[in-house]
Amino acid sequence: MAIWRNKLRSSSAARCFVLAGFVVLAACLAHGQTTNSCMNCHSALPEPLGLSQEKFSQDIHAQQGLTCTSCHGGDPTSDDPDKAMSRKAGWKGKIDRKQIPQLCGTCHSDPAYIRQFNPSLRTDQLGQYRTSVHGKRFAAGDTKVAVCTDCHSVHDIRAPRDPRSTVNPVNVANTCARCHSDAGHMRGYSIPTDQFAKYSESVHHEALALRGDLSAPTCSTCHGNHGAAPPGVDKVQNVCSNCHTFQAQMYEKSSHKAAFQSASLPGCVVCHSNHGIRHPTDAKLGTGPDALCMQCHKPGDACDQARAGLLSSLSRLDEAIKGADQILGVAESSGMEVSEARLGQDQARDSLTKARVTIHSFKTDLIDQDIQAGLQIAAKNLQAGKDAMIERNHRRFGLGMSLIAIGIVLVGLRLYIRKIES
Amino acid sequence: MFATIRHWLDARFDWDDLTAPLRHKTVPSHRLSYWYFLGGITLFLFGIQVATGILLLLYYRPGANEAFESVQYIMTRVRYGWLIRSIHSWSANLMIFTAFAHMFSVLLLKAYRKPRELTWVSGVILLFLVMGFGFSGYLLPWNTLAFFATKVGTEITGQVPVVGKPMMIFLRGGEEVTGATLTRFFGFHVAVLPGLAAVLLLLHLLLVQRLGISLPPKLEVQWTANPSAKREMKFFPNFLLREMMAWYVALGVLGALAAVFPWNLGVKADPFVPAPAGIKPEWYFLFMFQTLKLIPSKVWFIDGEVLGVLAFGLVGLLWVLLPFFESDQPTRTKGWITGLAVFALAYIAGMSVYGHLAK
Repeated sequence: MAIWRNKLRSSSAARCFVLAGFVVLAACLAHGQTTNSCMNCHSALPEPLGLSQEKFSQDIHAQQGLTCTSCHGGDPTSDDPDKAMSRKAGWKGKIDRKQIPQLCGTCHSDPAYIRQFNPSLRTDQLGQYRTSVHGKRFAAGDTKVAVCTDCHSVHDIRAPRDPRSTVNPVNVANTCARCHSDAGHMRGYSIPTDQFAKYSESVHHEALALRGDLSAPTCSTCHGNHGAAPPGVDKVQNVCSNCHTFQAQMYEKSSHKAAFQSASLPGCVVCHSNHGIRHPTDAKLGTGPDALCMQCHKPGDACDQARAGLLSSLSRLDEAIKGADQILGVAESSGMEVSEARLGQDQARDSLTKARVTIHSFKTDLIDQDIQAGLQIAAKNLQAGKDAMIERNHRRFGLGMSLIAIGIVLVGLRLYIRKIES
Repeated sequence: MFATIRHWLDARFDWDDLTAPLRHKTVPSHRLSYWYFLGGITLFLFGIQVATGILLLLYYRPGANEAFESVQYIMTRVRYGWLIRSIHSWSANLMIFTAFAHMFSVLLLKAYRKPRELTWVSGVILLFLVMGFGFSGYLLPWNTLAFFATKVGTEITGQVPVVGKPMMIFLRGGEEVTGATLTRFFGFHVAVLPGLAAVLLLLHLLLVQRLGISLPPKLEVQWTANPSAKREMKFFPNFLLREMMAWYVALGVLGALAAVFPWNLGVKADPFVPAPAGIKPEWYFLFMFQTLKLIPSKVWFIDGEVLGVLAFGLVGLLWVLLPFFESDQPTRTKGWITGLAVFALAYIAGMSVYGHLAK
């Protein structure tokens, strides 16, 4: 306040006013530079030209500081539409569908550019896309096939880890189904359109969508994403083996691999199908409607006999586990401590699972080892359950005897009190 | 043979003279006498706790890596270990129940009045100690329910202004409930609390012995007006034999509960899993827990939970000092303490049932 009251010299005051003028001017310029005339107009326009600020602010590009001009060019600082959208200002207008992969690739194929935002983000998407069925057909002039924006959306592109992203693992199948389940759109491609319907009933979909297990496969897990293509008939097991390692290792050494290859059969798919894979049951080893083996093997041959033996062994172990579970359940509900045997039941179940996995070796001796191990554990647990029940009965008998003894003492005391008080 | 031993003792210690008060001690005999057994039953159950607790100590190992397994070992491998542990757990609960019942019977029969104020004070503090036994012992098997109940319980302690946080850290042996909490609680359960309880119990029994068993006021007036209506019985053996009958009944109930409903071991505590839904403390803390849940998060400018904890602390203190709030001429008080006792009983029972049923 002392400054304003008196002590300020005229030259100092002049300098202060000049400085203040510069500050105001810089603020105005800064305001002018951040003005986005694109949004001013397009946020007020109806679809398809309309785009709300709210929607665009969700886009990962907008969040990283990119603007409309990054893709569309033009001069957003001008309020004059003719100047803002002039070819002279580099305005490209609506991006032609044929230009989309190349336009996205301008940045996404440039490691030096992408590194600024996310050093771990891959930059081979465009290269992969060109090897995909989509990319090859696109290169051949088919513009109906998917380009970047068909899967990633436009103007509200989110990172794949965002659950709202169209390419988040949980949403990928729906995104692919938009085209692949549309019979009209897929007309002329001579591929089925029931993949999504089948996948929706599969064990993989159940794990991913219902149990939220993000490690469960969706379309892109088996087909690839940017390089999407169906796996070759003889390469199917390479796809499945990414997750089902033990099954694949056993299948690799089994007699069925050579047999399937020579018959040009697609490995795992022969027994498990592809999109509509259901939870396998022991009934697949049977002779009923779900039977698999007998689709190729003849009744009574060596393989049929081995199949029948395996089915019987698996059923025996399954029954043994259920029997032990039942008696342990009764013992537990009677208050007996059987947690060790309960833990043992998990081991028995593990043996059963292992035996079912070992089926992919198609070697009965190997499978039998797992089954015998499981049977031994289940028998031990069954015995633990029986012992617990015997112990429970002993306790109740002991309780009965104790209560009788207590009752006798009570009667004796009462009689004694009566005697001394009479 | 008993006569020989008695003679031997009498010759050396003047045994007959020592036991004379016991032989001459009488207790009033009336239709409400049975309520006086509750204190004796609580004492009997305390004895069971000491005996079974010592037996459990032979095998129990305090420590986050060993406690659960050692209790499991006691339940499955040690001969009659299941019975000892189940009796210890059931007896603890029955003891807290009979201690509460004893307290309310004392209140309703006006046994806290002059000259028995200190008997009441020592008794209520003993009840708090017994609840402390329950709280500290509950964690010792180191199962999931015990772990999270202790976490919630010690968190509530932490709500006390100024001293709450240091108290919580003292109880837990750190910021979180860990193995350090378990060893600390073990120490409280087998050393600190028994020591305090033994001293107070001795004082309580000495006061009961010195002051005798009280008489309900109405009966006292009747007997004073008509001395011929007065009925008494000898403490030894008449009253003691009746008390023993009550102990035998308690023993039968205890044995039946332990044999038919052995105390559950649960699942080993895992600090990294989320707390089970709807976790609740033991039944004797439920009325306080439910009250704290019902208090709004802010009452005026005070945090609701802090207010609740402070209120319970204040009520506890006033409860200990209750006899001192009654005037020297109780008839003028119009029995407000009886009304308070009935209200407290209804409140504790109602809130416990509500807490049990609430999700």
